[in-house]
Amino acid sequence: MEPIIRIQDVSKTFLGRDNQVEALRGINLEIQRGDIYGIIGMSGAGKSTLVRCLNFLEKPTSGTVFIEDKDLSRLTDKELRRMRTEIAMIFQHFNLLMQRNVLDNICFPMEIVGVKRADAVKRARELLQIVGLEEKEKSYPSQLSGGQKQRVAIARALANNPKILLCDEATSALDPTTTKSILKLLQEINQLYGITIVIITHEMAVVQEICSHVAIIDSGELAEFGTVEEVFTRPQSPAAKKLVFMTDQRSSEMRGKHCVRIVFSENSSFEPVIANMVLECKAPVNILQADTEDIGGIAHGHMILQLPEDEQTAAHMIHYLKERKLSVEEVEANV
Amino acid sequence: MSSTILLDPTILKMLGQGILTTLYMTLVSTIIAYALGLPMGVLLVVTAKEGLKPNAVIYKILDIVVNVVRSIPFLILLILVIPFTRLIVGKTYGPTATIVPLILAAAPFIARMVESSLLEVDKGVIEAAQSMGASLWTIICKVMITEARTSLIVGATIAMGTILGYSAMAGAVGGGGLGDIAIQYGYYRYQTDIMLVTVVLLILMVQIMQWAGTKIAKKLDRRLR
Repeated sequence: MEPIIRIQDVSKTFLGRDNQVEALRGINLEIQRGDIYGIIGMSGAGKSTLVRCLNFLEKPTSGTVFIEDKDLSRLTDKELRRMRTEIAMIFQHFNLLMQRNVLDNICFPMEIVGVKRADAVKRARELLQIVGLEEKEKSYPSQLSGGQKQRVAIARALANNPKILLCDEATSALDPTTTKSILKLLQEINQLYGITIVIITHEMAVVQEICSHVAIIDSGELAEFGTVEEVFTRPQSPAAKKLVFMTDQRSSEMRGKHCVRIVFSENSSFEPVIANMVLECKAPVNILQADTEDIGGIAHGHMILQLPEDEQTAAHMIHYLKERKLSVEEVEANV
Repeated sequence: MSSTILLDPTILKMLGQGILTTLYMTLVSTIIAYALGLPMGVLLVVTAKEGLKPNAVIYKILDIVVNVVRSIPFLILLILVIPFTRLIVGKTYGPTATIVPLILAAAPFIARMVESSLLEVDKGVIEAAQSMGASLWTIICKVMITEARTSLIVGATIAMGTILGYSAMAGAVGGGGLGDIAIQYGYYRYQTDIMLVTVVLLILMVQIMQWAGTKIAKKLDRRLR
């Protein structure tokens, strides 16, 4: 299938007064139509620069981006502006026009493309219904809560029926409950209208909540990508491991100990695996952390175990767990 | 004493005329100076290094022109531009002639005011407009100027007050208006009472302007409520 977004060898270097910063280095990535693609990384990893390359708000120093096979670097200013009407964007700080009311904020992108006022108002009211803010059309942004502002921003982003929605840390300024409701709204939009969504975030929880795919950016480079399930159950790169394990605050306690991370999936939770393992190996294990994460609607339990010092028993345990089709991997002390 | 002059109909008529003349000079100069200063301010913001269309040459030229004109004391500028005033108005004294140097002095000042107001606009909102495919012109008119309107009105009010002050200064060279009356009567004829009355009138005018400007700015601001 033809990808809707193709990032090809994108590098971006910012020139400072007396230094230069390589924000992105040789990024290659394909995003398929209808995906909810998470791009995750620590702050400063270059993910915000990368998402701005997708609509050429930042022009890559080298490499290019194809949107539905159109090379953005070959478009004229006018063509690029037209293209941008099909790639909507929402932001961490919402970026609404403070001097316009909710309805006029949503009409703004339609004014840009020259939609008639009456039609724009009609469409804006439909959108307000979708985001659940019908009664707020006359309010000004300063009268809304963060979650409501982001809903307005989403309605505004949908105004011109975009094919792609870019979300730059769209939930980072919101509390956990509001974050969940905004993510749910994004998911509905993706399912109802088939809009491809790219989500930039530094929170693994956001990716786990709604993304189908994830790419991990580390110091300007693409560290790893794949389906969320793959990356979550078997993170390969150090950056991915760091992000996946970030949920556990006890990594310092694991230092110098023999720890493994196991992931339960699907039916494996029916068998009391750990208890049976302890009985079989006749050695205790220390459960350092256990949690259940919902990834794409399937519950994934994961657990960090401290194995006995005795190498042979430890190896036996790992073998036992692997035999039961669990994903087991050693947790390095440095993560 | 002031009670006697305030009862004198010729003096009263003269003061009334003075108020009208000062208002005329101030309003006309402010409007024209704003019409020149606004695009200059917009250009300064847009062509700056971090602006939407960086252009070092245009920016530098504007920046220097604005700084040079702003550093010339108004009274000197008034005299410096006499030949230019004569060319445009046909004479070098009177209210209409005073408007020329007033505009020349105020436009760069307004340009700076506009520049600083527009720089206050949230960069994120401008970026959002860019991401929607807005043209430069749309961003200037519908985002920058509209979002900064409160600050722009406050700036325009300050500029108007300054122009009113300058117009009084032009009284020294026969510019007309209240400043002229203050100098003619207060300075040359030692009629301190008339000078005091004109000063009070000038203060009142600035007060009213400032009050109205602030009121309008507040009324149009949708951020507070």
